Amino acid sequence: MSVISAENLDLVFQTDDGPVQALSAIDLDIEKGEFVSLIGPSGCGKTTLLRVIADLETPTGGTITVNGMTPGEAREKRAYGYVFQASALFPWRTIAANIALPLEVMGIDRAERERRIEDNLALVDLSGFGNRFPWQLSGGMQQRASIARALAVQPDMLLMDEPFGALDEIVRDHLNEELLKLWAKTGKTVVFVTHSIPEAVFLSTRIVVMSPRPGRIHEIVNCDLGPDRPLDIRDTPEFLAIAHRVRDGLRAGHGYD
Amino acid sequence: MTEAGAPIAEPGAGIGYQGPLRRLGTRLAAGRTVPILTVLAAIVVLWYAAAIGMNFATETAKLDRAAAPYTLADTIAATWGSERPILPAPHQIVVELYTSTVLVRPSSPRSLLFHAWVTLSSTLLGFVLGTLLGVALAIGILHSRTLDKSLMPWIITSQTIPILAIAPMIIVVLNAVGVQGLLPKAFISTYLSFFPVTVGMVKGLRSPDRMLIDLMHTYSASRSQTLVKLRWPASMPFLFTSMKVGVAAALVGAIVGELPTGAVAGLGARLLAGSYYGQTIQIWSALFAAAFMAGILVWLVGLAETASLKRMGAKR
Repeated sequence: MSVISAENLDLVFQTDDGPVQALSAIDLDIEKGEFVSLIGPSGCGKTTLLRVIADLETPTGGTITVNGMTPGEAREKRAYGYVFQASALFPWRTIAANIALPLEVMGIDRAERERRIEDNLALVDLSGFGNRFPWQLSGGMQQRASIARALAVQPDMLLMDEPFGALDEIVRDHLNEELLKLWAKTGKTVVFVTHSIPEAVFLSTRIVVMSPRPGRIHEIVNCDLGPDRPLDIRDTPEFLAIAHRVRDGLRAGHGYD
Repeated sequence: MTEAGAPIAEPGAGIGYQGPLRRLGTRLAAGRTVPILTVLAAIVVLWYAAAIGMNFATETAKLDRAAAPYTLADTIAATWGSERPILPAPHQIVVELYTSTVLVRPSSPRSLLFHAWVTLSSTLLGFVLGTLLGVALAIGILHSRTLDKSLMPWIITSQTIPILAIAPMIIVVLNAVGVQGLLPKAFISTYLSFFPVTVGMVKGLRSPDRMLIDLMHTYSASRSQTLVKLRWPASMPFLFTSMKVGVAAALVGAIVGELPTGAVAGLGARLLAGSYYGQTIQIWSALFAAAFMAGILVWLVGLAETASLKRMGAKR
């Protein structure tokens, strides 16, 4: 069953310099439990597409359903957890209180909140850090806390907008491994925006290669490396072959030549 | 988790004398105390000099009338000790402050504390009303484009009207409808103190990053939830900054409110009475009392700010 289904999706931004075609004729189906990466150069609409799924932008043409509903209805039913490029933690709340934030908004009682805070802190390996303030944590820990916050609403789906883009490569590798484990453990559908080819190949079951002006899907690459992916899978011929295909797709779609 | 290692010892530890006096000296030199005291000393010196210059002519004339021989030193002493000087010397003001606060019962109309309390009570009432009004207006402006467009120009216009002109009107109009006593004065304080709060809070409530607003949107948070959980806490530094400006403005409002009505109590009344009877020392001591009060009020708001931002996890 597809959880996200977009058909001939268009989005035109009206700017002072005239209309900008951010998304053009997007057709995409994402099945339950998939890990789909959206990759492409800046301006290709990958983040915009994610924001359309999250009902943060409204498409100007075509149709899109999330869990069979409009994105707005899905948002109101808390179908997804959204992870931003920066951790977007509230600086005046402790880590635990930050994770409690969506639960407070949803009106979940205190005992259940406490339980979910503990569970999700453990899930991202941050047990014992609940009473710290965000500035007391490293960038990688902050981003893990923001993933715990997204998971606390118990969504079917995680929408992640370059969540590790601002982190250094070592931390990033580590968090990629953690994210894969988390995905295997929870079976959530993940839509993941990135501009890193190795990251996309390492994490995904499918990679959506996008190209700019207008933002459109150039190609969809299957990434069937199996569920068990240690970090050194990145040196295997299978991995390199997929990475090569993605790179070719990006180059062909870029249109600089 | 990697923590930056704490230094093994303070730089210079174990060298020379490390007693409490030395540490006090270091702290004074590093802090703001020494610069502030230096400026104060310079002001006092200039003031004494100015007192000689300003009072010289009158005092010379007086000594001439006495027809006794006098020296320049006598004249200078006289300029610093006159009963109704044009500019009183600092020690005269200190003495007047002391006698009118410590030596007189606080309930007596001759006590500066009595007048200060009258002004303070209407300042505080006006400030609280002004802050509430300012916050309410800011929340209204935030949530309604119509209010943003219609109200903001009027709010700015309200502050261009000279307060001295409008204060008597407020008191006369309110008096006509039977509102007397503390409230009319407090309303003038409100009139002055709501403005910085409104402007500051509109800015503060709009200060959260776009990403945090989007985050609340993904939670399908209502406007009031976004206000309470995101915008309000984010605006706290703005609130306290504008409250510091507001509380000082409220004090000015209360004093101005006492001037045009022939009020018998309050620092404003004290200023007015002093000028009727040429009691310059009394005027200056009332001025200083008002300045002290403003300083203390701003300091108290600052304490509340530190306490609340600390509770909100501010660094240090």
